[in-house]
Formats: sequence, structure tokens, C-alpha cells
Amino acid sequence: MKIEIPELSLVLLVGATASGKSTFASRHFLPTEVVSSDGCRAMLVDDENDQKVTPEAFDLLRTIVGKRLKLGRLTVVDATHVQKSSRKMLIELAREYHLFCIAIVFDLSPSLLEERHARRGNRPFSNKIIHGQCEELRRSLKGMEREGIRHVYRFQDPSQVEAAKIHRVRLWTNRRDESGPFDIIGDVHGCLTELETLLERLGYRWEIDAAGERRLHHPDQRRVIFLGDLVDRGPDSPGVVRLVRAIVESGMGLCVAGNHDVKLARALRGKQVTIAHGLERSLEQFAARSPEERAEAASFLDRLIGHYVLDNGRLVVAHAGMKEEMQGRSSARTRDFALYGETSGEVDVFGLPVRLQWARSYRGESLVVYGHTPVEQAEWLNHTLCLDTGCVFGGQLSALRYPEKELVAVPAERMHHPPTRPLVTPEDAVLEENSLSPQQQADDLLDFSETIGLRRVVTTLAGVVRIDTNSAAAAMEMMSREAIDPKWLIHLPPTMSPSETAQDPGMLESPKEAFDYYRRRGVVEVICQEKHMGSRAIIILCRTPKVSRQRFGLIQERLGVIHTRTGRPFFTSSDSEQEILQRLSAGMETAGLWEELQTDWVCLDAEILPWSIKAMPLIRRQFAPVAVAGESLFSSLCAWTKTTWVDDPAWQEWVERTAMRHQAMHAYRRVLAHHGQGDAEGSGLRVAPFHLLASEGKVHDDQTHLWHLSKLSRLAEALPDLVTTTAFKPVDLHSERACAEATDWWQALTAAGGEGMVVKPATFVTSGSKGMLQPAIKCRGPEYLRLIYGPEYLLPENLERLRPRALTTKRKRALQEFALGLEGLHRFVARQPLREVHACAFAILALESEPVDPRL
Amino acid sequence: MILSITNTHEPATDLGFLLHKHPERLYRRAFSCGTIHVFYPEAHAKRCTAVLYVELDPLELVRPQRAVGLRASGMEHYVNDRAYAASSWLSVAMAQAFSSAMNGHSKEKPELVEHPLPLEICLPTLPCRGEARLIKELFAPLGYAVSATRLPLDLHFPQWGESDFHQVRLSITAPLKQVLSQLYILIPVLDNHKHYWIDLDEMEKLLHRGKNWLAIHPLRELITRRYLKHQKQWTRQVEERLTATDPVDLHPDDQTEIKTEVKKSVSLKEERLEVVCQEIVRRNPTSVLDLGCGEGDLLRRLVRTTGIPRLTGVDHAIKSLKTTSERLDRDHLPETRRKRVTLRQGSLLYRDERLTGYDMAVLMEVVEHLDPARLDDFSRVLFGAATPATVLLTTPNREANARFPNLEPGQWRHPDHRFEWSRAEFQAWSQTMAERFGYRVSLRGIGEEDAESGSPTQMAIFEKETDGLKTGTTSGTQRKECRV
Repeated sequence: MKIEIPELSLVLLVGATASGKSTFASRHFLPTEVVSSDGCRAMLVDDENDQKVTPEAFDLLRTIVGKRLKLGRLTVVDATHVQKSSRKMLIELAREYHLFCIAIVFDLSPSLLEERHARRGNRPFSNKIIHGQCEELRRSLKGMEREGIRHVYRFQDPSQVEAAKIHRVRLWTNRRDESGPFDIIGDVHGCLTELETLLERLGYRWEIDAAGERRLHHPDQRRVIFLGDLVDRGPDSPGVVRLVRAIVESGMGLCVAGNHDVKLARALRGKQVTIAHGLERSLEQFAARSPEERAEAASFLDRLIGHYVLDNGRLVVAHAGMKEEMQGRSSARTRDFALYGETSGEVDVFGLPVRLQWARSYRGESLVVYGHTPVEQAEWLNHTLCLDTGCVFGGQLSALRYPEKELVAVPAERMHHPPTRPLVTPEDAVLEENSLSPQQQADDLLDFSETIGLRRVVTTLAGVVRIDTNSAAAAMEMMSREAIDPKWLIHLPPTMSPSETAQDPGMLESPKEAFDYYRRRGVVEVICQEKHMGSRAIIILCRTPKVSRQRFGLIQERLGVIHTRTGRPFFTSSDSEQEILQRLSAGMETAGLWEELQTDWVCLDAEILPWSIKAMPLIRRQFAPVAVAGESLFSSLCAWTKTTWVDDPAWQEWVERTAMRHQAMHAYRRVLAHHGQGDAEGSGLRVAPFHLLASEGKVHDDQTHLWHLSKLSRLAEALPDLVTTTAFKPVDLHSERACAEATDWWQALTAAGGEGMVVKPATFVTSGSKGMLQPAIKCRGPEYLRLIYGPEYLLPENLERLRPRALTTKRKRALQEFALGLEGLHRFVARQPLREVHACAFAILALESEPVDPRL
Repeated sequence: MILSITNTHEPATDLGFLLHKHPERLYRRAFSCGTIHVFYPEAHAKRCTAVLYVELDPLELVRPQRAVGLRASGMEHYVNDRAYAASSWLSVAMAQAFSSAMNGHSKEKPELVEHPLPLEICLPTLPCRGEARLIKELFAPLGYAVSATRLPLDLHFPQWGESDFHQVRLSITAPLKQVLSQLYILIPVLDNHKHYWIDLDEMEKLLHRGKNWLAIHPLRELITRRYLKHQKQWTRQVEERLTATDPVDLHPDDQTEIKTEVKKSVSLKEERLEVVCQEIVRRNPTSVLDLGCGEGDLLRRLVRTTGIPRLTGVDHAIKSLKTTSERLDRDHLPETRRKRVTLRQGSLLYRDERLTGYDMAVLMEVVEHLDPARLDDFSRVLFGAATPATVLLTTPNREANARFPNLEPGQWRHPDHRFEWSRAEFQAWSQTMAERFGYRVSLRGIGEEDAESGSPTQMAIFEKETDGLKTGTTSGTQRKECRV
């Protein structure tokens, strides 16, 4: 017997005990595909025959089967299933997960079973039970299909069991192995001319094949997918059906069923249907065609599938959309959803059903492209796209190029049918200017449960970044307590690792080690950039306040935002912030950068100087008191040692060392004074941008650092009073002279207490043989480091102990954060849902909450 | 850290006998975290000065296991004044280097032990928050002449202001033993963060070194509290033993600096809790959501005094939730009571399914911690998504701030407040919320009411309209769709 089983379905083995179900299952299925009631008993109480635990065992069985079906795994249940009630539980489970249920019935003679039972001898029940089971089975045989079982296969003697072969059949919806490229076309509704124009625009040509048939052809081997609703309302439904049929039957395309197609097919077959919504036009048009054409059309439309899963699950197409849990499943409900979508049961003022917005709550990763609901413009919402742009109502016929995700549309030649409900109401037209996109509306608020907990963020640059629950909780606290509106938070800057500890004595960091790091990994060109002693700031700058609404989805219009590296507002007063943004925005105008970059917003990575703007509380509370106490202590100590006379050679040595410590304290005060100048917010403030991270449609991580600096230097030229350029020096790592010059340059920068420099590969993202390299390595000056390691860190006995520094964690984190930071920008630029952009910044905050030596 | 002791009682060099340190020799002794040095910058008949210097190893000091007593984490842990300021380290070093002198033993000059000597103490880096007032109040009642100079943060940057360090000179004629004991206690009291944990031993030390003077010191309470790191269990015992006949009602908090103010706001806090509890109980809810539950004051009260079956505390701070859990003592609550309380992390800025379905949500002194720009999100999370039947919300009334003597004009009541509303502003906001989300709102004040400025706390009670027509909608215009 040939038994066909859908590759994804629930299979019930039905038969009295000892009918050989388990043997059969082990022969035809993977051990993990089979869930048996005996096995569940054994799992619970170590005895598969213990009938006392039957209810618990079935509870467990139901749980396992439910999980497997949810995850899309073929599952075979090995239990007697002779009672209707025991089958019912599983049939309902299959239905819940939109899968078919298949039964394989072992209808063998009771005497045979008794004999087997006796031979086994290890089961503690009598033949009576077997008889009872056989009796029950026989009674339920007839009605089994009515119970909701898609197909019942029945063995009536052992030889049939022996000879049975199982064939796993692919589901109709499964086209995972077809990966395109595709051109997906929205609802045509009989608009043949527009369809032909669109196909031509998409690059399709007709050619005559060997058999003399007209065949569609695309030079790039592209194929067409139709989203259904080929017919009704429009001028030539039969023509459209004929064309699409030719495409589908020649293998040049696919077509899913639309509600209009299904209804027309029924009408063509003479079934009783309500004739409305443009069906009358199709019927008129078909009346003029031959009976053969009518029959062929009906049979073609009848055979259309509800939805397809393509390209390894990355793409789903259906007429009215497809929820994640139904994708790739087959059930009546799945088909209904594909044809009609989901409605609330209410009716609107135009007498049309009120639709539930399944796309708003869609969280799947597969792209879902659908039609059915005419929209003015095709716009992405949570990875779904409605392509019905109302061609028949005078809108346009749209296509999506996949995988390019480009939209191509041709306008309707005229309004073929008046819209049932206006596409744009007059009030809409007024609101249009200020309205948010569907995605922005859906992104109204972020969801707690979608943000918190164990997280994995997939980045293009560094693969999966895992966030544990505790770090996520810490990030949630930061976000809730301090952070700016997440709609602004498209990027957070990564942490940066210092160079390895200097080999040269008398210092902790030097350029040599940074150069070595890159040289050893095959980098030739690096760029050294002055490290400004300021506070890190990310600047989102808009050309006009309107952009904050249109592009960032904020209700309150602003010119952008300036935030810290942990996503807090940089300035306590939003007036200071907006004033600076105003000047920067004007500067972008003067420099011609808005035009040149074809954008109305940019994201800049910058330092804001002087340090004391942000650090004044820190200076007062922490840094200066150290100097005060130290200075007072050493002054007294040194004065007292001068008059002391002690007859001990160790004394003099100690006095000298104390004097050195006093000197160290002086040096600490000097470097603090160097950086502590200036204070009140706003006075003498400078912005030193060094990365032009992103603008509309682009993340500039494909540009060199020289490109970034040269673009930003134009902003500095336009705004000499506000913007500071970043001094830099390109270095060829193979030239000893260039390295020596750069080292001298670093020494000059740091001698007076300057923070130091950052060494970066010339390109923004750089990989070596073992993966991505550190995007930047900092070499801080020896004087500056007193603020980090303490006033006396340079004393020989201290320095020696500070030299061992573990950089591994810091570097790993720097890479992960760098990848996350850019990932966030790419997602924002690609207009992905807010939660996906937010996940990146959130992950950076979470990583930052994990402990690492803060001095690095 | 460093101190010097000068004796001018001739022959002044007797100081060496009392300290058991020879003026012509360098005394060195290893110490946890460094070295103790004692030396004599001057030692002649008229005047003799001994210097005690504790050289702390700055690197040893920042090792994690040494971090006790450092309030800070992160960078502050690494660059700090501990190696230089006079602190409990100095007391410990004194007890080690001068143990005989402190305990009143002297082989050579036993007669000087109890003899009052003209002594001068110099402390170049004595910490004391703010002005030197407390230094004087601590030492003057004991008979010291105090001269203190507050040190500026930086001579070149007067705008940085003053530091909390004082160069202090103390003079007194008293037995050395007594002076050392007093310094031993009072230096850590001024510094106010001890580097080690407190135990029974520490309490005994305080009573021992404070014999004869602590009981009658006017700041006894503050000395005890600070010396014992505000550990109530010990301070109470000390008080009892020092004042065996005269039990004193101890103040529960430690904010002496703003004593008067604290008392007032504590009572306001109490009153607020009381009023809120009454309002809750009056409505007889079956579930209450305490949003921003902090350290669980309200939850504790509700668990103890009501039978509300479902109490949920939500806060974004994990640490607060931990404290709340400890304070509720959940491990020891009877099963039935324990099951009533759930604590979980949550945020007022993220939509959260788990916050729906409650009869009441309480937000006591929470909303003012939100950035004004985020209030809209907050309102949609609370009124639009969580939609409790009743919302009870309290917040400060800015107009009443003038009545808080410790607040500067324009200063908020808490450094983390992002705003404080006047009564009119609060009313306007509340009414907008009520209209937008379909609630009825009523307002009232909590705390002593003033004819002009109103009550210090204001409260709004929102009740969901039950006619079912008005429900919260999300912002933005819904896109119009039409049917095929």
C-alpha cells in the first residue's frame, strides 16, 4: 500500500494494543518523530505499562506534540486511538496549528493480537482489553474522516503492514527551493493593458518557442508572481486570465488565488453566487468567449493555491496576507485567511467589513507581500507590503522586484471602475502632509516583552550578539530612567580599546603597539586622529523641524537631538541643544552638504568640547578633591621631613621618594587644570565631529575616514565659531619614517596633557584573516592617564604593577558594539520597524552594563 | 593621611616617652594597605612634634576587596582621595602605632599619663562637608581651641569653589591619652565613610574610647550614628548604655545636616501613604498595581493592613525590587500573604501586556521623574494600553516649595525630578488625560494646606468612564483603506 503523507502533518497510528504500531513507526519514521503514550508513561514513572499515570502521560504527550507542530515538525503519535475522544484531542491540536491530520489504522484480527500479546507476556492486562479495543476501533472506522481526519489508511492484514510504503508529499504551499529573482505583481482586476505595460517595463519580452507558442521571457531569468484578484471590475478579465495562465503553465510564474478569482470560478461553473463587486463585468466579458475558454479559465482559477512560501522561507506571497503561524501550513482557515484576510465582523460606513490589521502585529522574519486592500501607496509595515495600489480604480499597477525590494509601477490608463470607498478622503488630503507612515503609526510605542529578556541580535558585521537577561534588565533601567525618545536612538557609539601596554618603560600606552596591532593583521594604511578631550556626543541633525516628524516619526517637531554615548540628553536644557542644532543645520546648508548628500538629516559622531561642560560635577566631586587633599598632605609632609633628623640611611631615600610623589601630585593638578578650563553650559562650546555616520538612504561605513574628515571639515569651514576640525595624520605602516613622525606628533599632542590619539584603519570597516579588526585603537598620553590611573601611577613601583592589562573582553565588546551601532543605522536607513532599530542601541546599553575595567 | 602632635610642656621631648617612639629614630610599621611612619620634625626641650603618616598604597587601595566604604563605582573607584584624606584609616593606624599611649601605659613617665599637657594637633587634610562648623561643634565642647581653614578646590579656578577639606589646628591642655582617644573617634565621624564593616567590637571600642566624654557630648547622637555607620542595631544599644536612665527617642534617619527638613518631609511622606491607602481601601479593589514601587513602602502597608488579593509592584530599578523583596521579608511571610504580592521589572515607557487588567494603578511621586518629552508615551502606556479602572497619581506641588526652608528658589525637591507641576499645570494635564483616554478625574491636596500655595503634595484620581464609548486611541491618523 502506498501511503502519502504531507511532509508537515500529524499522523495518528490507530489500533489495539499489540497491533504492531510501534514496530511500524520505528521502521518508517525517525525515532524523534514518534511520540508514544507508552514512552510518555516511562518518562514520568519509569514504567511504560503503568496505567495509573495515563492522564499525566497524555498531558505530556499533548505538550510534546503541540510544541512539535508549532515548530513545524512532522509528528507521529503512537497510541491506541481507538476511542473517538482520544483522537479528538489530537485532531484539535492539528487544527490549532493549521495542519492536516492523517490516520493509519491497524484493523487486524483480535485473535492475531491475542497471540502476539501472549507471546510478549510482559503486559499486565488481559485479552479482554484487546477485544474491547478492537470492538471500539471497528465502531469508529466509518466516521473517522468526518471527525476531521484528512485521510484514513487502513491495514486489514499483517501482509499489508509489511508491504506498506510511506511517501512524504510536499505541501502545495512549499516553494522554498525557488528563490527568484521574482517580480511580484499586485491586484490586476482585468486591467490587461496596464499589465502588459508593466511586464514590458519590468523587462519581459514575448518570444515564440519551438512549438510555436508565445512564451514570456526575461533576459535575467526573472519570474512573475501574481497576488490574485486577476479578474472583475476591469475591462478585460478573460484576457488577463488567459495571459496569466500562459505564464503560469509555461513555468514562467506563479499565481495565488484571490477572493474574486474563486468567486468567478464558481460562477463560471454555474454555482449560485451573489453577483456584485464587478463580477457582473467579468461574466459579461466571459459570455462573449468560447465555452472551452470559460471552462479552462474556471479550472485554472479553481486550482490556484492560497499562498506560497518561497526562497527558503524568506518570502511569503498571498492575496490578503498571511500570519506568521499560518505560513507554510495547510488548512481551511489558512486558505480563508489568504483569500479574505481577517475581519472583525463589523461593517464600516461604506458597508464594507472592518479589517483587523494583522500586519500591524506581524512579527515574523519572512517578508509577506500581498494585495487585496487598495492603498494609495505601497509602504512597508513590519516586513509586510500591500501591493494593491488600486489600478482598476484609477490608481496604479505596482510590482515589487524581489530580492531587490524595488517598487515599479505603471499608472492606470483611466478609472475603470469608481472606487467603492474613496482612496483618499478630503480630510486625509489635509492630514497627508503631517501624517505618519503606516510603520511609524505601528511603532507608536515599543513593547516591553519584545525588548526585555534573553536577546539575540543578528548583525551583518559580527554575526549574532547575545544579550543575557540581567544585562537586558540593566539596559531597560537605563532606557526608562534617562534615555531620550527611542525614535531618535538610531545609534550608540562603541567603546574603544586602548593599545596593548607599551613595551617601552615609563609609559602605559604608546602608538607603537597600536601600529603593531594593525600591521600584524595586514593593514598598511592607517589614519591617526587627534583625540579631543571632550564628551562623546551623537548628533541627529535635521534640515527642518518637519523632518523629525516625517522621517523619525516624532509628534513634537524638533531640529534633532544631541545625546551622550549612553543615550541620555547631552544638554540639560533643550534650548541650548536646539540652538546648536540650528547653527549646525544652517552650516550644513552653507557648506552645501544637504544637497550633496541628497538628504534632509544626518547622524554625526562627535566630541563636544570643553570637557568641563559635562564633567564639571565630576571635577568638583572627584578629580579636584584628590588634588586638594594630596597637595595639602604632601606640602605638610615635605615641610616636616625637611627639619627631621633621623639616623637611618632608609630615611633619605624615603624623603626623596616622597618629594617625587609630591611632584606627581603637581603634575596631576596641571593636567586637571588643562582639561578643566571653561565651564558654563554653552560658553566657548565647540563641536568636533569626526564621523558622518549616516544620511538618507546611506550608512557611510563604506567610505574612508579621509572622506568623513573632508566632508566634516567643510562644515567646520562654514561654522568656524562652532565646529572644530579633527587633526589627523595618515600613516603608511610599512614606512618607518611615517611611523616615527606619527609618534612625534602624538608626543607633541600629549606633552601638555592632551588626551592622545586614535589609530584607525584607513577604511571604516576592516577585516583581517580572522574576522573584523578593531575599528579604532586609542593611545592616550602619559600625563592625561593620571586622570584615569591616579596621580601617582607613573611612579616605577606603581607602573610595573599596572602593566598587565587584560584587553580581551574590552576588544570583544568594542567589536560587538561597533557592529551593533552600524546595524542600528542600517536598519533605520532601510526603514525597518522601530523595535528592530531599537534592539541594536538597547543591546549596546546592555553590553555596557557588563563589568569591564573602566580604566581601559 | 597625616597628623602631627606637638607638646610644649617642658621637657617637651617627654612626648617620645609617652608615645613610645624615640625622637631620633624612624618608626616604620607595615599596615594593611601600606606603611605607618612616625618621625619628629622638631624635638627639643621647649617643643616637640611627632608626625604620624600613613602611607597608603594607592593601587592596593583600589583592589576590589578594599572597596568597602567607597561609595562610588566605576572611575571614582580608581581615582579617589582615600590615600590622602584623614579617615578611619588614620584611626586604625593610631591605634596600632600609639597603642600604649592610648591605653595609658608609659614605662618611663607613668606620672605624665594622666597629666594634662599643652598639646597642639595639626590635621592638614581633614574632611568635613561644607563649612567647618561641624569640626568646631565636635571639638569645642571637649575644650579644644579650633582653627580651621577650608581649602579651595583649585587656586587657579576660583569658579570651581571650595573643597570639603580643611586644614585644622587643635589646641588643648589635656592628657595625651584622652586627646588620642577623641581623635580616634572624631576623625572618622567627620569623614563619614569608614573603610571597614561595623560589628559588636566596634561598638565596644566606641564606648571604651568615649568613656568620660561621649555621654555628655552635645552631638553624642551624631557621633554614635556616624561612627557606627548608621547601623541602627548598634546605635540603639550605644544610646541605651550611655543613657541608661534616660531613654531617648531615636530619630530613624541619618540626614542630620537637614534635620529639621527631614522630619517634616518624613511626616509628609507618612501622610501621603496614609491618604493613598485610604483611597485604595475605600474602593475595595481586587488588584492593585504599584507603578514605580521604589522600595515598597506602599506595598508593605497594603500587605499588612488590607486583604487585597493581588498586589503587583513594578519598578524599572532591579535594585529597588530587591530591596522591596527583602523589606517585605517574603521568605518568611505566610504562604497566603506571600502569594498576594508580585514584584517585577517594568517600565512606564514601554507598552506592557502584563500591566493590563488591574482595578487600580497607583503612581506615588513617580511622574515627576519622567522627562517631559516622554510624558506622551507614558500616558499612552498607562491610560491607553494598561487601562486600569482607577488611576491614583500623586506628585509635588511646586508652589509649596517656598515653604521648604532647605530648597533654594527654583530647586526641585529631588535632584532626579525632571519637573514639578503647579496646581494649575497638574490640573490641566490631568484633564487632558481624562478627556483623551475616557476617564473622570478629581483632584485633591495632601499635607498641610496653605491658603496661597496649597498643599505640598497633589493627587489626581482618574476613574474610567464606564459608558464604553470613549476609549483610548493611539496617535496619528489611521490610514483609510477601501475594500475590493
